[in-house]
Amino acid sequence: MSKPLSDKSWQYRQLNAVTPGLDALSDALIELVAAGEPIVAGTADLQYSNGLAKFHAHHPDRFVQFGISEQNMVSAAAGMAAVGMKPYVATFASFLALLCCEQIRMDVAYSKLPVRLIGHHAGISLGFYGTSHHATEDLAIMRSIANLTVIAPADGNQLMEVIKAANDYPHPIYIRIQRGRDPEVYADRQPFKIGKAISHYAGTDLTIIATGSTVHPALEATRALRAAGASIGFLDMATVKPIDGDAILEAAAQSPRILTVEEHNVLGGLGGAVAEVLASEGLPVKLTRHGIYDEYSLIAPPTHLYAHYELDSKGIEARAVRLLEERV
Amino acid sequence: MTQPGKIETTRGRNSLKPSDEEIAFLKDRAKFCRLETIRLIEIAKVGHYTSVFSAAELFSALYYDAMNLRRGEPKWEDRDRFMMGKGHAAVGIFPILADLDFIDSGLLDGYTRLGSPLGDHPDMTKVPGIDFSSGSIGHALSAGCGMALAGRMSDKEFFTFVMIGDGELQEGQVWEAALFGAHNKLGKLIGIIDRNGYQLDGSVDDIIGVEPIVEKWQAFGWETHVVDGHDVAAVATLLRTLKANDERTRPVMIVAQTVKGKGVSYMETEPGWHLGYLDPSDAARAIAEIEAMEI
Repeated sequence: MSKPLSDKSWQYRQLNAVTPGLDALSDALIELVAAGEPIVAGTADLQYSNGLAKFHAHHPDRFVQFGISEQNMVSAAAGMAAVGMKPYVATFASFLALLCCEQIRMDVAYSKLPVRLIGHHAGISLGFYGTSHHATEDLAIMRSIANLTVIAPADGNQLMEVIKAANDYPHPIYIRIQRGRDPEVYADRQPFKIGKAISHYAGTDLTIIATGSTVHPALEATRALRAAGASIGFLDMATVKPIDGDAILEAAAQSPRILTVEEHNVLGGLGGAVAEVLASEGLPVKLTRHGIYDEYSLIAPPTHLYAHYELDSKGIEARAVRLLEERV
Repeated sequence: MTQPGKIETTRGRNSLKPSDEEIAFLKDRAKFCRLETIRLIEIAKVGHYTSVFSAAELFSALYYDAMNLRRGEPKWEDRDRFMMGKGHAAVGIFPILADLDFIDSGLLDGYTRLGSPLGDHPDMTKVPGIDFSSGSIGHALSAGCGMALAGRMSDKEFFTFVMIGDGELQEGQVWEAALFGAHNKLGKLIGIIDRNGYQLDGSVDDIIGVEPIVEKWQAFGWETHVVDGHDVAAVATLLRTLKANDERTRPVMIVAQTVKGKGVSYMETEPGWHLGYLDPSDAARAIAEIEAMEI
C-alpha cells in the first residue's frame, strides 16, 4: 500500500487475518499433502474467501486457479480425479451447487469420481450480497443426486476431521461450510464418522436436530432449555446424506417432538431427510422443520438475518418453546 | 442547458460531441457517484469501492447522456435498458437512480440494512430503475441479448446496454451470448467491458488471461471499439455515435480501458481493494483525493 491505513480499514487480501477461522480448509489439505496424498485444490476466483490462499502459498504446484469459470472447474476436477488425483474444489455454495449442478451430476456423481466439492458461504451467510449469493437450496439439490454424499460440518475442527475422514472415502462428497467465522462447537478434533450423527444430549420432551451452521446456536438453545428444566435431546446431523436413520429413530423413540434446524429451505434439506425417515417408519412424532420457509431471504448483515429468521440461539429457543407448548 | 441531476431524452440531439458544459456536468456526476459510494459503504461496513471507481465515468455517460430515460419514470417502456454483469458495482448505481428520481433518495441511508431493497447486487424485483438483476457473474449479456431481441420483435427502438467485467469474460456463458448476439444480428445491443484489469484473486491476466479481447469479439462477429473509460467526453461521444446508427446489424462491444480504484491513490496501487472497508479516517483521505481529482 502506498501509505499505511488505519487498523480498522481492511481489504480482501487481508481476509484471512481478519477471519483466522478460514485457515481450517487449507490446514486440513496441507496435512494430507504432508502425508503424501495426491491432493489438488482449486477455486474460482475466491482463494481469499475460502482461505485456500494459504494452501496456495504452501503448495503452489498443487493449487489451480480457475478464474470465474465454475463449471469448467467442476468438470476439470472430475478429469483430475479420473487420473488419480484427489481434487478439492471450492466456491460459493450458490455457484457450486446451483450453477454447476449438471456438471456435478454427470461428471462427478454419475461417474463416481472422488471429487470433494466445497460449497462455502452457504445458506444466507452472505447477507446483503442478496439472493444471487445465498444458497438455501443446495442441500436439497445435492441430496437428490445419486452417489453423492452430503456433509455440513459445524466448525473448523469438524471440517478438518471431515476432510481427514473423506480421504479414503470412495464416493464424491459435497461439503457445505460457512464463512470461517463459526463459533467453536468442538474444542478438540474428534474423529469423524461419515453417516453417523453426533449425539450431544438425549431428551424426553423434544429432540433438536441441526446441521452445519445451525449446530452452535441450536446447541446453545438446547442448553438454555435444559437449564430451565426441559428434557431436550440434541443431535448434530453433520452428514445429511446418507442420513443416520438409526439416530433419528432412537430420538423419536425417546421424545414425542423433533425440531430440525437448518440454514436452508425447509423443503428438501435436513428437515426433509428427517421427515422421510420418520414417515417411512410410520412413527407418531410431531416434527417441526425450522429454517427458511420456502422464500428468498431479505437483505441485511448475516447476524441480523439470523435474528430475523429465528436462526440464532434465541430464535431457535423460541421456536422450540412454541413446539413444546403444542399438544402431542 | 443541462442542470446537475437533470436528464433529458437524447433522441433528436444534433451534436455527436458533448459541449464543454455537458462534459463538466458528466464529470461532476462521476464524482458524485464515487463520493456516494464511499458514504454508502460506510453504512454496510464492506463493499466494492474500486469496481465502482473504474466505471464511474461510464455510469455517468450512460445515465446522464447516452441513455434515453425519463426522470421519475423508471418503467417507461421505451427507455433504453442497462444491466450490469459486474453487479457488485451496484452501490455506485443506486445514488444515480435516486438522482434520477427512480427511487427515494432516503432509501440510500438504509443501504444493506434489514429489509432494504438496496444490497450489494442490483435486484430488479426490489429497485425501480434496475432493468435486470445480477450477482451471479456471466448472465447479463445473455439477458441483454434477450431484451434486444424482444425489442426488435416488438418494434421498439430502445437500445440495450450491458456492462460486464473483464474477469467476467472467464464465464462460459458470456461466449454463448457472444455467438447468439452476432448470429441474431442484435444491432441495438451495446456491450461495455470495464477493462480494469483486476478481479478478486488478482490480475485478470494472471488468473485466467482474456487477451486479445478485441480480436476475440471481432472474431465472434461483433463491432468493436476501444475507449479510455475515464475520458467521459470520449465515452459520451462514442455512445452518441453508436446510437445515431439505427441500421447496424452487428452487436457492439466496447472495451473501456479503466483503472481499478480510479481516483484514490492507495486503491489504484493495491488490487486487494476489490473488496474492503475504509475506516472513516481513511475514507476522509479518499474523499479529499476524489474532490481534488481532475480527469
